[in-house]
Amino acid sequence: MSSPATMIRRSQPPADLLFRDVHVLDPRASIDRRLDVLVRDGEIAQLGEPSTIDATELEGTVEVLAGQGKHLLPAFFDPHVHLRTPGQEHKEDLETGTRAAAAGGYAGVIAMPNTDPVIDSAPLLRSLRSAAAREARVPVGFLPAITRGLQGRELTEMAELMQEGALGFTDDGKPVASAGTLRKALQYQRLCGGVLTLHEEDPSLSAGGSMREGPVSAAMGLTGVPSVSESTMVARDAALARYEGGRVHFQHLSAAESVEAVATAKDQGALVSAEASPHHLLLTEEDVRGLDTRMKMNPPLGAERDRLALIEGLRCGTIDCVATDHAPHAREEKEVPFEQAPMGTTGLETAFAALHTMLVLPGVLSLRLLIERMTAGSELFGLEAFTVRSGQPANLALVDLSAAWVPGENGWESRSENCCFAGRQLTGRVLLTVADGSVAYRQRAFTVVGA
Amino acid sequence: MNHLLSVEELDREAIERIVAQATRFAQVADREIKKVPALRGRMVLNLFYESSTRTRSSFELAAKRLSADVVNFTPGGSSVEKGESLKDTVLTLSAHKPDVIVIRTPWVGSAELVSQWCSAAIVNAGDGKHEHPTQALLDVYTLRRRLGALDGLRIWIVGDVAHSRVARSNILALQKMGAKVTVAGPPTLIPRDIETLGCEVRHTLSELHTADVVYALRMQHERMTEAWVPSLREYAAWYQVNARRLRSRQLLMHPGPVNRGVELSGEVVDSPQSLISSQVEAGVVVRMAVLYELLAGSQSPARTPLRPAPEPQPA
Repeated sequence: MSSPATMIRRSQPPADLLFRDVHVLDPRASIDRRLDVLVRDGEIAQLGEPSTIDATELEGTVEVLAGQGKHLLPAFFDPHVHLRTPGQEHKEDLETGTRAAAAGGYAGVIAMPNTDPVIDSAPLLRSLRSAAAREARVPVGFLPAITRGLQGRELTEMAELMQEGALGFTDDGKPVASAGTLRKALQYQRLCGGVLTLHEEDPSLSAGGSMREGPVSAAMGLTGVPSVSESTMVARDAALARYEGGRVHFQHLSAAESVEAVATAKDQGALVSAEASPHHLLLTEEDVRGLDTRMKMNPPLGAERDRLALIEGLRCGTIDCVATDHAPHAREEKEVPFEQAPMGTTGLETAFAALHTMLVLPGVLSLRLLIERMTAGSELFGLEAFTVRSGQPANLALVDLSAAWVPGENGWESRSENCCFAGRQLTGRVLLTVADGSVAYRQRAFTVVGA
Repeated sequence: MNHLLSVEELDREAIERIVAQATRFAQVADREIKKVPALRGRMVLNLFYESSTRTRSSFELAAKRLSADVVNFTPGGSSVEKGESLKDTVLTLSAHKPDVIVIRTPWVGSAELVSQWCSAAIVNAGDGKHEHPTQALLDVYTLRRRLGALDGLRIWIVGDVAHSRVARSNILALQKMGAKVTVAGPPTLIPRDIETLGCEVRHTLSELHTADVVYALRMQHERMTEAWVPSLREYAAWYQVNARRLRSRQLLMHPGPVNRGVELSGEVVDSPQSLISSQVEAGVVVRMAVLYELLAGSQSPARTPLRPAPEPQPA
């Protein structure tokens, strides 16, 4: 039996677009210059010198978009989002979550299984995928659970789940605390394939913690989660993966020691990859001082030295990609004392703008590198990376790198508003997203300019 | 002053002002009729999510001595048990238009949150392990009455610092008043990086004799979910303040209630060096001063500090 497509979306009409004289920047295709880009029937049909593709014969069949002063990028890919379907649709659902993704320039996301019920069986995965085929605006892939009910004990029917279209497995939100259980999953991976995607946290070290242990937790009287809660588990699981020859991906690194552990594992030849989230790359425990519950996430925001180590890890490739860990929560769930609040921040709509504003504009990272890391997630899960080449399906983000905006000032595409970057002045905005050949997002103020 | 949410936000001048006002109220406490009409017609609401005898009754007594009306609200048996959120409870109680809400909860930052939700002046009577500002104020007051200025005074805070809001408020308050603070206790009960608050850290009592004042903390059984020390017996052997460890020139303080035989031996509790009953006495006058400062003090603004609610975001 051949495996079904792993990325699912609702069917939408294919796009016919001509980006006229736009700055194309695609690190994979080694393009960094102004071009005309023609999309026909959802595919990139032609790249031409600026203002050379003749629009007259296309009259009425393509929408012409003025590209001057704007950048056309390969659309982003996020391997770590929470779309909350099934069971928590008051926070988010497949439609609103993928709308938020499209608004952030994403043309593919991977959804986590810590829903209600947990996605831990083939029938549940099948019904979720058919819901995505009706509702998802951009293609969604799924990671079902490693263990039944995320309980950390019995493995799910991983082989059947792979046949049903899983990209891999994760108990995200929880660690696989037992080394023995994770080892069995790594052994079983030889049969079924798929990436084991790991949330690293030692519950015996993190219990009761609501922020990172350090000077701020000491001052606030909050129980702290020590950085070693994460890094010891990264080191343990890298050793297990190496021993079993397994393939693991470490989610949302937050500590300098974890970056070191991943670098060591890679040097030793272990099949490991890692992601970092915009909030861990841009914010620190100091941002928790005001006890804004939007700053409460798991893993918690780290120290400045952790932030710098994550940036360096992203720059040198120890960290393979950016992942938002988009985690929507309803307003009333977050409007409670800090210790009672659920963990998580939304991130899809702000990831590019926040990273561009706080890392690219000050010269910490190049735009080129940022784009590479925001698109690299797909390859880690065996999917083709989005590129701006003719003959490829159109997965494109048109951005205005100089547009200033304040996230949240005009509401959100997500159903939830718990974004840690809300209210900040950001520079760089997605104007239009094409996902798998169809227009998935268009900024409301951004209109057609005519042929 | 709009609210009393933490010692962190007070400066030395504000602490001095409250202590001075408390001293004036102490003279009233010695009169035959102990009541003054300063807050007649005002309403003080005690909202206590945690059990408390002395703090709550001391706030109640303070309000009554100022002729305010007092309403006590304890969540047990109320809608809170039916799942009402803190915000909804506060909004509901605000409908009675209290002038002051005195709030204690097990959650860090709850007083600050409540101050954003209603127009009453908020007094933090303990927010989780964060702060307990009126305790620190009454401790400063007690020391001032006994010793005069605190500048240069060496104060050791001994015991379970990790679970203690009293410790955090006192580290800040005593340092603001010029004292030098050392915290001492078992390494499992001293939070990592606590020295960033400016205090020194010791893990034994071998230098306790250098202290002018020893402030023992309660072993907080109720906040402990696991074994932080091997046994209370071993704790007492290493950290109990007793007649052997306490020098005659040193003063002893404790926020109460005391676990006799654990953090303090019985004989030091009852010794003339102990300021423990002075602390309890100070509780009422200091809390009178805080309520007065918020509602009638020269620095208190007209009570219209309701912040605008955040704009609702379209879905």
